[in-house]
Amino acid sequence: MSKAAILESVVKDQIKTDLPAFRPGDTVRVSVKVREGGKERIQVFEGTIIAIRNGGISESIMVRKISSGVGVERTFPIHSPNVAKFEVIRHAKVRRAKLYYLRDKIGKKARLKELRG
Amino acid sequence: MASSRRRVAPPCAGNDFRNAERAVKLNAIILVLARTCAKVRRASVRVPLRRTQIVMLPAILGTKIGMTHLYTEEGKMVPVTVIQAGPVYVTQIKTPETDGYSAVQVGFGEAKESKLTFPKFGHLKKAGLTKNVKTLREFRVENPGAFELGQEIKADVFAEGEDVSVQSTSIGRGFQGGVKRHHFKGQHMTHGYMTHRRPLSSGATGPQHVFKGTKKPGHMGHETVTQKGLRVVRVDSERNLLLVSGSIAGPVGAVVIVKKAGK
Repeated sequence: MSKAAILESVVKDQIKTDLPAFRPGDTVRVSVKVREGGKERIQVFEGTIIAIRNGGISESIMVRKISSGVGVERTFPIHSPNVAKFEVIRHAKVRRAKLYYLRDKIGKKARLKELRG
Repeated sequence: MASSRRRVAPPCAGNDFRNAERAVKLNAIILVLARTCAKVRRASVRVPLRRTQIVMLPAILGTKIGMTHLYTEEGKMVPVTVIQAGPVYVTQIKTPETDGYSAVQVGFGEAKESKLTFPKFGHLKKAGLTKNVKTLREFRVENPGAFELGQEIKADVFAEGEDVSVQSTSIGRGFQGGVKRHHFKGQHMTHGYMTHRRPLSSGATGPQHVFKGTKKPGHMGHETVTQKGLRVVRVDSERNLLLVSGSIAGPVGAVVIVKKAGK
């Protein structure tokens, strides 16, 4: 067994296999477990994936949304047990892997064309 | 915000109410703290200590496989180094009668028979080993009588949650300057500076010599480094894998020694 195969097998049981397919530009709804004062609740963050960082168990996505006029970005390690639920709401037609240009666009210009089918 | 920052509140009904509210909050925080403390204490008790087992090697040899990370149940990311630890085979038992001290010598790894030196070949033959081990190391033990020649020792001498230190040889970097080797600041790259990465002064003129141990350019890396304060996160006794939290020195594939903390 090669060293890379051993490393992969060690984390195999923690990698989520039931995640839906997602791409940059997708609008997603991420449910995160939040612990406050010994209590646990679910917080939902909905926005556009502007970047995906691969890397097996450390795979993470950067989600951007506009919250009361302010741009908010959060990075989620999607294989973390804290990400309770992950849904893709809509796909969009984008032509690059990192959509950082959306940070400079406001309002109607920050829209992405929906990809159907 | 401003009123809550004020240290001494004037005695009036409104403030008393606020103080009461604050006291309730404070109590809640103390309760949470107490609970976490209790959890930590319980967690430390839960660590299975296998001291009762008689045959215990205080350390094991292994190969560094690489790093990855795991998530705890609480969702915390733990960086781990995967070590292929063992199996090691007992090649020699040293007792106070024969050698003046007690220790156990173990062998690890595989070597071609043609690559063994003749003395080593004879040494392994004497131990009755069927395998040609590559690396030999000895560890001090209190009860050498509990071991027998050729005995196989696996990664399960360690338990999950145990504190360990890992000794290995760091990556060699060759002859390096002061900036890389000792984190000297160096000089400016621009603005007319004609020196950039030199060590400059080696000391004062008063002593008329350079003190021993003065930081200078020289050979860097390829030295024995013991990384302490690591914890065994997982033991895979089937495949002889040890997962320890944090990083260890040396390249992937390096031979490392995993020791019980304080040994």
